[in-house]
Amino acid sequence: MTEPRARRPGLYYPKLPTTWWLRNPRYFAFMIRELSSVFVAAFLVVLLIQLWELGNGPDSYAALLQKFRSPGWIVFHAVALAFALYHTVTWLNLTAVVQEVRLGERQVPPWLVTALSFVGWGVVSLVVLFLLLQMS
Amino acid sequence: MAAKRTSEPFWWGLFSVGGVVAAFLVPVHLVLHGLAIPLGWISVSPARMQVIVANPLIKLYLLVLIALPLYHWAHRFRFILEDIGLRSLRAPIAVLCYGAAVAGTVFALWVLLRVW
Repeated sequence: MTEPRARRPGLYYPKLPTTWWLRNPRYFAFMIRELSSVFVAAFLVVLLIQLWELGNGPDSYAALLQKFRSPGWIVFHAVALAFALYHTVTWLNLTAVVQEVRLGERQVPPWLVTALSFVGWGVVSLVVLFLLLQMS
Repeated sequence: MAAKRTSEPFWWGLFSVGGVVAAFLVPVHLVLHGLAIPLGWISVSPARMQVIVANPLIKLYLLVLIALPLYHWAHRFRFILEDIGLRSLRAPIAVLCYGAAVAGTVFALWVLLRVW
Protein backbone atom coordinates (compact mmCIF):
# COMPACT_ATOMS: atom_id res chain seq x y z
CA MET A 1 0.00 0.00 0.00
CA THR A 2 2.79 2.36 -0.82
CA GLU A 3 2.58 5.28 -3.17
CA PRO A 4 2.95 4.12 -6.75
CA ARG A 5 6.21 5.19 -8.36
CA ALA A 6 6.13 8.21 -10.59
CA ARG A 7 5.72 7.23 -14.22
CA ARG A 8 8.87 7.47 -16.26
CA PRO A 9 8.95 7.37 -20.03
CA GLY A 10 10.56 4.35 -21.59
CA LEU A 11 9.47 1.93 -18.86
CA TYR A 12 6.80 -0.70 -19.37
CA TYR A 13 3.66 -0.31 -17.27
CA PRO A 14 1.24 -3.21 -17.78
CA LYS A 15 -2.39 -2.15 -17.97
CA LEU A 16 -4.55 -4.57 -16.04
CA PRO A 17 -8.18 -5.12 -16.95
CA THR A 18 -10.77 -4.19 -14.31
CA THR A 19 -11.52 -7.88 -13.74
CA TRP A 20 -7.92 -8.96 -13.05
CA TRP A 21 -8.93 -10.26 -9.61
CA LEU A 22 -11.32 -12.85 -11.11
CA ARG A 23 -8.46 -14.69 -12.80
CA ASN A 24 -6.99 -16.49 -9.83
CA PRO A 25 -8.50 -17.75 -6.53
CA ARG A 26 -5.83 -15.92 -4.52
CA TYR A 27 -6.55 -12.59 -6.21
CA PHE A 28 -10.26 -13.24 -5.65
CA ALA A 29 -9.70 -13.97 -1.94
CA PHE A 30 -7.71 -10.73 -1.70
CA MET A 31 -10.53 -8.73 -3.28
CA ILE A 32 -13.15 -10.37 -1.01
CA ARG A 33 -11.01 -9.44 2.00
CA GLU A 34 -10.80 -5.84 0.84
CA LEU A 35 -14.55 -5.82 0.05
CA SER A 36 -15.37 -7.03 3.57
CA SER A 37 -14.72 -3.46 4.72
CA VAL A 38 -17.67 -2.28 2.58
CA PHE A 39 -20.06 -4.66 4.35
CA VAL A 40 -18.68 -3.78 7.78
CA ALA A 41 -19.16 -0.07 7.00
CA ALA A 42 -22.69 -0.74 5.65
CA PHE A 43 -23.61 -2.44 8.93
CA LEU A 44 -22.20 0.47 10.93
CA VAL A 45 -24.33 2.90 8.90
CA VAL A 46 -27.37 0.71 9.67
CA LEU A 47 -26.35 0.77 13.34
CA LEU A 48 -26.22 4.57 13.13
CA ILE A 49 -29.78 4.51 11.74
CA GLN A 50 -30.80 2.38 14.75
CA LEU A 51 -29.25 4.96 17.07
CA TRP A 52 -30.93 7.77 15.16
CA GLU A 53 -34.33 6.12 15.72
CA LEU A 54 -33.42 5.54 19.35
CA GLY A 55 -32.85 9.29 19.57
CA ASN A 56 -36.40 9.77 18.25
CA GLY A 57 -37.68 7.66 21.15
CA PRO A 58 -38.16 4.01 22.10
CA ASP A 59 -41.24 3.62 19.87
CA SER A 60 -39.38 4.65 16.71
CA TYR A 61 -36.56 2.27 17.64
CA ALA A 62 -39.04 -0.57 18.21
CA ALA A 63 -40.65 0.11 14.81
CA LEU A 64 -37.24 -0.15 13.11
CA LEU A 65 -36.47 -3.41 14.92
CA GLN A 66 -39.77 -4.73 13.60
CA LYS A 67 -38.59 -3.98 10.03
CA PHE A 68 -35.37 -5.91 10.68
CA ARG A 69 -37.48 -9.06 11.07
CA SER A 70 -38.20 -9.10 7.32
CA PRO A 71 -36.33 -11.67 5.16
CA GLY A 72 -34.47 -8.97 3.21
CA TRP A 73 -32.93 -7.46 6.33
CA ILE A 74 -32.12 -10.88 7.79
CA VAL A 75 -30.26 -11.75 4.57
CA PHE A 76 -28.44 -8.40 4.67
CA HIS A 77 -27.28 -8.94 8.25
CA ALA A 78 -26.33 -12.57 7.59
CA VAL A 79 -24.24 -11.60 4.54
CA ALA A 80 -22.64 -8.69 6.42
CA LEU A 81 -21.84 -11.10 9.28
CA ALA A 82 -20.13 -13.52 6.88
CA PHE A 83 -17.94 -10.70 5.53
CA ALA A 84 -17.26 -9.36 9.05
CA LEU A 85 -16.12 -12.82 10.16
CA TYR A 86 -13.91 -13.10 7.07
CA HIS A 87 -12.32 -9.79 8.01
CA THR A 88 -11.75 -10.98 11.59
CA VAL A 89 -10.18 -14.29 10.54
CA THR A 90 -7.90 -12.73 7.90
CA TRP A 91 -6.95 -9.84 10.20
CA LEU A 92 -6.09 -12.04 13.18
CA ASN A 93 -4.17 -14.46 10.96
CA LEU A 94 -2.07 -11.58 9.66
CA THR A 95 -1.45 -10.02 13.07
CA ALA A 96 1.35 -12.44 13.99
CA VAL A 97 2.94 -11.94 10.56
CA VAL A 98 2.99 -8.16 10.88
CA GLN A 99 3.74 -7.88 14.58
CA GLU A 100 6.62 -9.82 16.10
CA VAL A 101 5.98 -10.37 19.82
CA ARG A 102 8.97 -10.78 22.15
CA LEU A 103 9.21 -11.83 25.77
CA GLY A 104 12.66 -10.74 26.86
CA GLU A 105 15.13 -12.33 24.43
CA ARG A 106 12.70 -14.88 23.12
CA GLN A 107 10.26 -14.48 20.29
CA VAL A 108 6.78 -15.74 21.03
CA PRO A 109 5.99 -18.28 18.28
CA PRO A 110 3.72 -16.67 15.65
CA TRP A 111 1.19 -19.53 15.88
CA LEU A 112 0.81 -18.77 19.60
CA VAL A 113 0.27 -15.06 18.90
CA THR A 114 -2.44 -16.00 16.39
CA ALA A 115 -4.05 -18.48 18.78
CA LEU A 116 -4.07 -15.92 21.59
CA SER A 117 -5.60 -13.34 19.24
CA PHE A 118 -8.49 -15.69 18.50
CA VAL A 119 -8.94 -16.45 22.20
CA GLY A 120 -8.91 -12.70 22.89
CA TRP A 121 -11.57 -12.15 20.23
CA GLY A 122 -13.77 -14.80 21.85
CA VAL A 123 -13.31 -13.29 25.30
CA VAL A 124 -14.06 -9.74 24.08
CA SER A 125 -17.21 -10.96 22.30
CA LEU A 126 -18.45 -12.77 25.42
CA VAL A 127 -17.73 -9.70 27.58
CA VAL A 128 -19.81 -7.49 25.24
CA LEU A 129 -22.66 -10.00 25.36
CA PHE A 130 -22.39 -10.36 29.14
CA LEU A 131 -22.36 -6.58 29.73
CA LEU A 132 -25.39 -6.04 27.49
CA LEU A 133 -27.31 -8.79 29.32
CA GLN A 134 -26.24 -7.28 32.66
CA MET A 135 -27.48 -3.83 31.68
CA SER A 136 -30.73 -4.98 30.14
CA MET B 1 14.76 11.03 -5.47
CA ALA B 2 13.80 12.97 -2.37
CA ALA B 3 11.13 11.37 -0.18
CA LYS B 4 7.86 13.23 -0.48
CA ARG B 5 6.07 14.05 2.73
CA THR B 6 2.54 12.65 2.67
CA SER B 7 -0.31 12.16 5.11
CA GLU B 8 -0.25 8.44 4.28
CA PRO B 9 1.12 7.25 7.68
CA PHE B 10 -1.67 9.10 9.51
CA TRP B 11 -4.43 7.46 7.45
CA TRP B 12 -2.66 4.10 7.59
CA GLY B 13 -2.62 4.37 11.39
CA LEU B 14 -6.37 4.96 11.46
CA PHE B 15 -6.84 2.10 8.97
CA SER B 16 -4.90 -0.21 11.23
CA VAL B 17 -6.68 0.74 14.47
CA GLY B 18 -10.01 0.58 12.64
CA GLY B 19 -9.12 -2.90 11.42
CA VAL B 20 -8.51 -4.06 14.98
CA VAL B 21 -11.82 -2.58 16.20
CA ALA B 22 -13.65 -4.14 13.24
CA ALA B 23 -12.02 -7.54 13.85
CA PHE B 24 -12.67 -7.73 17.59
CA LEU B 25 -15.97 -5.88 18.08
CA VAL B 26 -18.03 -5.77 14.88
CA PRO B 27 -19.05 -9.48 14.63
CA VAL B 28 -20.61 -9.61 18.12
CA HIS B 29 -22.46 -6.31 17.59
CA LEU B 30 -23.64 -7.48 14.18
CA VAL B 31 -25.13 -10.60 15.76
CA LEU B 32 -26.67 -8.59 18.62
CA HIS B 33 -28.13 -5.58 16.79
CA GLY B 34 -28.72 -7.18 13.40
CA LEU B 35 -30.19 -10.51 14.45
CA ALA B 36 -30.46 -11.33 18.18
CA ILE B 37 -32.34 -8.23 19.35
CA PRO B 38 -34.65 -7.72 16.32
CA LEU B 39 -35.51 -11.45 16.19
CA GLY B 40 -36.05 -11.65 19.95
CA TRP B 41 -33.28 -14.16 20.74
CA ILE B 42 -32.43 -11.89 23.64
CA SER B 43 -34.86 -9.37 25.04
CA VAL B 44 -33.76 -5.79 25.58
CA SER B 45 -36.69 -3.40 25.87
CA PRO B 46 -36.41 -0.30 23.63
CA ALA B 47 -36.82 1.94 26.68
CA ARG B 48 -33.96 0.10 28.40
CA MET B 49 -31.78 0.45 25.29
CA GLN B 50 -32.36 4.20 25.40
CA VAL B 51 -31.16 4.34 29.01
CA ILE B 52 -28.08 2.26 28.15
CA VAL B 53 -27.09 4.46 25.18
CA ALA B 54 -27.74 7.65 27.19
CA ASN B 55 -24.71 6.73 29.34
CA PRO B 56 -21.72 8.89 28.26
CA LEU B 57 -19.26 5.98 28.54
CA ILE B 58 -21.46 3.85 26.27
CA LYS B 59 -21.63 6.77 23.82
CA LEU B 60 -17.84 6.98 23.77
CA TYR B 61 -17.62 3.22 23.22
CA LEU B 62 -20.13 3.39 20.36
CA LEU B 63 -18.23 6.28 18.78
CA VAL B 64 -15.05 4.16 18.77
CA LEU B 65 -16.98 1.12 17.49
CA ILE B 66 -18.58 3.04 14.61
CA ALA B 67 -16.05 5.73 13.63
CA LEU B 68 -12.72 3.87 13.58
CA PRO B 69 -13.79 1.07 11.19
CA LEU B 70 -15.01 3.81 8.81
CA TYR B 71 -11.36 4.83 8.34
CA HIS B 72 -10.54 1.18 7.80
CA TRP B 73 -13.20 1.11 5.05
CA ALA B 74 -11.97 4.39 3.56
CA HIS B 75 -8.41 3.10 3.17
CA ARG B 76 -9.40 -0.26 1.69
CA PHE B 77 -12.10 1.13 -0.58
CA ARG B 78 -9.71 3.75 -1.88
CA PHE B 79 -7.27 1.06 -2.98
CA ILE B 80 -10.06 -1.18 -4.36
CA LEU B 81 -10.99 1.67 -6.70
CA GLU B 82 -7.36 2.22 -7.66
CA ASP B 83 -6.77 -1.49 -8.14
CA ILE B 84 -9.65 -1.88 -10.56
CA GLY B 85 -8.14 0.78 -12.77
CA LEU B 86 -9.07 4.24 -11.50
CA ARG B 87 -5.44 5.12 -10.94
CA SER B 88 -5.83 8.43 -12.79
CA LEU B 89 -8.42 9.59 -10.23
CA ARG B 90 -6.35 8.75 -7.18
CA ALA B 91 -6.36 12.23 -5.61
CA PRO B 92 -10.14 12.82 -5.74
CA ILE B 93 -10.79 9.20 -4.68
CA ALA B 94 -8.59 9.64 -1.59
CA VAL B 95 -10.31 12.91 -0.67
CA LEU B 96 -13.77 11.37 -1.13
CA CYS B 97 -13.01 8.20 0.85
CA TYR B 98 -11.26 9.79 3.83
CA GLY B 99 -13.71 12.72 3.65
CA ALA B 100 -16.63 10.28 3.91
CA ALA B 101 -15.03 8.71 7.00
CA VAL B 102 -14.57 12.12 8.63
CA ALA B 103 -18.17 13.05 7.76
CA GLY B 104 -19.30 9.71 9.21
CA THR B 105 -17.44 10.45 12.43
CA VAL B 106 -19.12 13.86 12.81
CA PHE B 107 -22.51 12.33 11.97
CA ALA B 108 -21.99 9.52 14.51
CA LEU B 109 -21.14 12.06 17.19
CA TRP B 110 -24.31 13.99 16.43
CA VAL B 111 -26.49 10.85 16.37
CA LEU B 112 -25.08 9.72 19.71
CA LEU B 113 -25.58 13.10 21.34
CA ARG B 114 -29.27 13.02 20.31
CA VAL B 115 -29.96 10.00 22.53
CA TRP B 116 -31.05 11.05 26.02
